Formats: sequence, structure tokens, C-alpha cells
Amino acid sequence: MQKRSLSFYLLAIFFGLFVLFLYGPMFAIFALSLQGEEGTLTFPMRGFSFYWLGQVFQEQRVGSFVESFQRSLILGLAVVLFSLIVSVLAGLAFRNRFKGANTLFYLTISSLIVPSVLVSLGIGIVFQVLGIPTNWFTSGFGAHMTWTVPFAFLIMLGIFNRFNPAYEEAAKDMGASDGQTFWAVVFPLILPSLIGIGLLTFTLSYDEFTRTSLVSGQDNTLPLEIFGMTTNVTSPALYALGTLTTLFSFALIAIALTAFQALSKRQQQ
Amino acid sequence: MNSPVSTSSPGVTLAQESAESKLQQELAAQSSGVTLRSVTKKYGSFVAVKDINLDIPPGSYTCLLGPSGCGKTTTLRMIAGHEDITSGDLLIGDRRVNDLPPAKRNSAMMFQSYALFPHKSVWENVEFGLKMRNVPPAERSQRVNEMIEIVGLSQFADRKPAKLSGGQQQRAALARALVTRPQVLLLDEPLSALDENLRVKTRGELRRLQKQFGMTFIQVTHGQDEAFSLSDQIVVMDNGRIDQIGAPADIFRTPASRFVARFVGDNNIFSGKVSGVALDEQGAVIRLEVEGIGTFFCRGLAADTGMEAGCCVRSDSMDMLPYPPADPTAPNQLTARITAIEFTGYITRVSLMVEATGQEITYKVRSSEWVNQAVPEGQLVTLTWAVDECVFLSH
Repeated sequence: MQKRSLSFYLLAIFFGLFVLFLYGPMFAIFALSLQGEEGTLTFPMRGFSFYWLGQVFQEQRVGSFVESFQRSLILGLAVVLFSLIVSVLAGLAFRNRFKGANTLFYLTISSLIVPSVLVSLGIGIVFQVLGIPTNWFTSGFGAHMTWTVPFAFLIMLGIFNRFNPAYEEAAKDMGASDGQTFWAVVFPLILPSLIGIGLLTFTLSYDEFTRTSLVSGQDNTLPLEIFGMTTNVTSPALYALGTLTTLFSFALIAIALTAFQALSKRQQQ
Repeated sequence: MNSPVSTSSPGVTLAQESAESKLQQELAAQSSGVTLRSVTKKYGSFVAVKDINLDIPPGSYTCLLGPSGCGKTTTLRMIAGHEDITSGDLLIGDRRVNDLPPAKRNSAMMFQSYALFPHKSVWENVEFGLKMRNVPPAERSQRVNEMIEIVGLSQFADRKPAKLSGGQQQRAALARALVTRPQVLLLDEPLSALDENLRVKTRGELRRLQKQFGMTFIQVTHGQDEAFSLSDQIVVMDNGRIDQIGAPADIFRTPASRFVARFVGDNNIFSGKVSGVALDEQGAVIRLEVEGIGTFFCRGLAADTGMEAGCCVRSDSMDMLPYPPADPTAPNQLTARITAIEFTGYITRVSLMVEATGQEITYKVRSSEWVNQAVPEGQLVTLTWAVDECVFLSH
């Protein structure tokens, strides 16, 4: 084996520090969530137990994790579905040059640049003016869409940019209608990418805080609930919650990757 | 890398013959010609195809030949219905099809790099057109199997396109295009994705299938070899116009313009002024004064004295003689200096330059002949050729 240079080891140490910095805090939280019953919010560990993980599912003094998790889950799934529909349609539309395409493009993207808290404030004010009460599944849903749609749309543009129009022409040549062309040819081919976009938009929605903060109405989404708890809850249940949601995220990624691979494999056979 | 299947056994076995002959009759019976009348295609202010008139006889193999951007692909796509026609008329058989969608034209297109659906198996790809046309399942499966058998892909029917070799993909695409029994098959550079060896082989298969089915094939290509070996008729296009229509041998022997002469290759082209026209039993002999090089007599149809024109001589139709020539004033000869000699195998290619004008000349000779005459680089020589080898170019 070739002898490695000094710079290799220096860079390896640097990379190791980077990884430690990235994942260290997460593992600290994991560890603390496994405190014994007597444990507090800080090290050292006092024993070992799953007590605090169990506590997450109990009613807390100031609210419930379970309900806010359910809200975030439903909201996330709805956001994924609608972001996908909007971005696929927009992506298809933007394959042809149409009048105002540029303006529309920049308007969509600008939502990413405007400070999130202003978006939230704006939506809140509009709802107030219109006299509609804010709620996580109305104004909250809209706030999430302002965040996820631009991302989904940008990725979709890239996907259709690389999509060979000859597939559609071939389908039309063989007598397929526009609808048949989409469902039989375009959709199966972009499906793996749609899973990717779905995963991304779900993540964006699931941990979205600022945009939701002023428009979620009476009931909190999970990130808002957790934030609320940091000021009130002083037990390791908070860490336990962090551990559980992280595991949930990993599970999602695993499912999405499996689906993605299964689909790619089917295309390769 | 190594596909488990070789590209062997594309041929037709005895068992397939009855299925083939039936289909063959059906396809030949409905084969149609294609007619373009003053067809123009504009993209905004850019004119891609200018006022084209073209007759493609039923059952013929026609190649649209030209460099990229000459309008050949646009023309093919207009026939297929994937581009609108700005003005003019397009007929398939006797039917005006200008405004019909692709599927209603009874044409089928084979796309460049095939556009086989990557998520469908060969069988599903071939079936697609029949499914979209609501052919009942039993008939559908019978026709798909028959077609896959004809192109020799029966054992690969369940494979996805990515698991096929280039040649197999090409045949799958052909099966997919033919299964709907089109009157005209349109092929967009069908061989460009194949490597050189396979291309020559597949070329032969295409020609064989076309003859066997007696179908009208219209193919776009930028390779003259391909066009020469496949076509009954070649349409040479340049800049959105048709420069020449003719049988391969005619285009090769008597190019109609400087562009065609250059594109067909291996021509030495001269520009000059017509100084006389004489008629004989074979047509016209035109005298062309080429400044600084000499006086050339060439064959043409007609010319006006005094007009600017040109002529061409194939680089393999010239004879090399020692310098100085026996008769310095004789027509159809020129003096040039050898600048390079390349041995390319069967042929030796000699580059020369006419010193007075700087024009470069190419002379090709069988290597076995060159051995006898071998003149070194840097030497002045005389090149000469017969009147019948010199073609008049009016533009």
C-alpha cells in the first residue's frame, strides 16, 4: 500500500472534528434521553432507563407531544401531496415558453428570499383582515406551502430539463392521448424523483418553525410545541422527544431510499 | 460492460417465414408515397425549410442527406406530424395530412437514439401502440409476438431496454414502429447510436426489411455512405432547400451544385467563367476558364457564355503525369506541387497545391498503382482528366 502523506492525516483529523461537531450534539441528546428516573437536563448520567422515552407519550403539564406530532405528520403529508401536484404541473408548464414565465419564476423563488417571519406575519395579518381564524391546517398549511413549493418547483425544472421529449413524441406517435402519455410514460419516469422531492418537502414542513410561528392558531405543530416546552419542561422528556423524532426522520429516509432503489431496479431489469 | 447476449441471430429462420410473408403482403399492399408541395417551416423569422417540393414514391427507400441544420430533420418531423407546417401541403398517399395528429397519419417514426420507454420491457414497448389504438388483447399479443419474432428478439422480450445491446435496441425500436402497420416509416438517424461495425451490418438489415416489406422508408442521415448504400433516392439538402434529388449513382457521378460536390466528398472543385458551349450527341460540352490554373472542358446540360460557374473532378478520376507536360496548352490539365502523401491502405491519398492560386487538390490512387509511379513530396506534377469526368456546376 502506498504511504500516505502528512496532509492526508491532517485532513482526516479535520474531517473527524467536523463529523464530531455535526453529530456530537445529537448523540449527547440521545445519551441524556436514556437517563435514569432521577436524571436532569445535564450530564452526568444518573443511571440508565427508558423512563423518559415513555414519558413522551404521557400528558405533559403544558401540552401533549403526541397530538402535536399527529398534527405535524398530517400537515407534512398534505404539504407533500400538494407541493408535488403544484410543482409537477408548474414543471410541465415551464417546458414551453409562455408570456410572463420569467416574472412568475422570480415571484415563486422570491418566497425563499423574503424573511420567513415576515411571510408568517403577512399571512397572519391577511387572515385577520379577512376575519378568518388562523389554524394549523389552513393558514399553517399555506405558510408551509410558501416554503416547500419553491424548492419542489426548482427541482422539478431540473428534472424536466433533462427529460427527453422524444419519449412523449414516441408515445403520441403511437396514438397516446396527452393523458395517456403522462400516466403511461412521463409519470413512471419521474416517479423516483418525485419520491425525492416528497422526502425533502416533508422534512421542510416537519421541522418548519418560523413561518408557522404566527399562524398556527390555537394548536401547535411539533416544532412549536417543543420550543414552548424548552421554557417550561425541565425534564429529560424533552431529550427523549428529540431522540424519537430523529429516529422517525431516519425511518422516513430509509423508507424513501428503499422505494427509490426498488423503482430504479425495476427500470434496469 | 459485457452484455450476456451477443448481437447474433438477427436473421430470419425458416419457422418465421410464414408469419413474415403474410405480414409482408399486408404491409406492401398499403404502402404509400409521400408528397410535399411548397412546404415551408418558419420558427419566428428563421426559415428552417424553404418552399420544398418532393415526391417520394411508394415502396421506396429515400434518404434526406445534408449537414446538421440543413432542415432534413425538420422535414422528417413535419412528415411525422411532430412539427407544424407553416405553409404548403403534405400528402401521404392521396390524403392531405397537414392538420392530422401523428397517430392519424399512418406513419410511424423511429427516433434518434430510439426513445424506447426505459421502464417498459421490449414486449410492452412494442405493445404500446396497439394498446393505445384499442386493439383487443388477443390480437395484440399475437401481433406483438409476431413482430418481435421478425426482428429476432423473441428471447429478449421480457428485458428492459437498458439490458439490450445497441443493435438489439435498434431492432426493438423498429419492431415498435412497424407493429402498427404504418404506410410510411420515418427514421431519424437510426444508425448514429451504433458503432462502426454494427452500423454497416444494421444498414444491411434495414435495407433487407424495407425490400422484404415493400414499405416506404424515409430516413434522415448526415452520412453519405449510409445514404448511398441504403437509398433508391437521395435528397440532398442545404440551408433549408433541396439541392439535388437523384439515385445514389447519379448524385455521386454528376453532382448538381458545388455544395453537393463538396458534401459527397472527394471532389476537386474549380471556379471560373464560361467561355464557350458546344453541343454534341451526349449533351453539352462547356468550356470553363479557370484563372491561374487552365482551361477545362466539362459536361453539363446548358450554360451561358460569360457566366460565373464551376466544375468538379473526382480525386480518383485524374491521372498523374510528369512535369512539364507534353503539350502545355492542352485542356483539362493542371500543374501542382505535391505537399503530402498519405498511405491509407487500399488507397493512397496525395495532397497537392496549385502554386499560382494556392488551391489545394486531392489525388487518390490505388496504393498498388502508386508503388509504380511514386513521386516524392515537393515535386511538381501534371494532373489530367477526361472531359467526361469533369462535371459542370452552374451554382
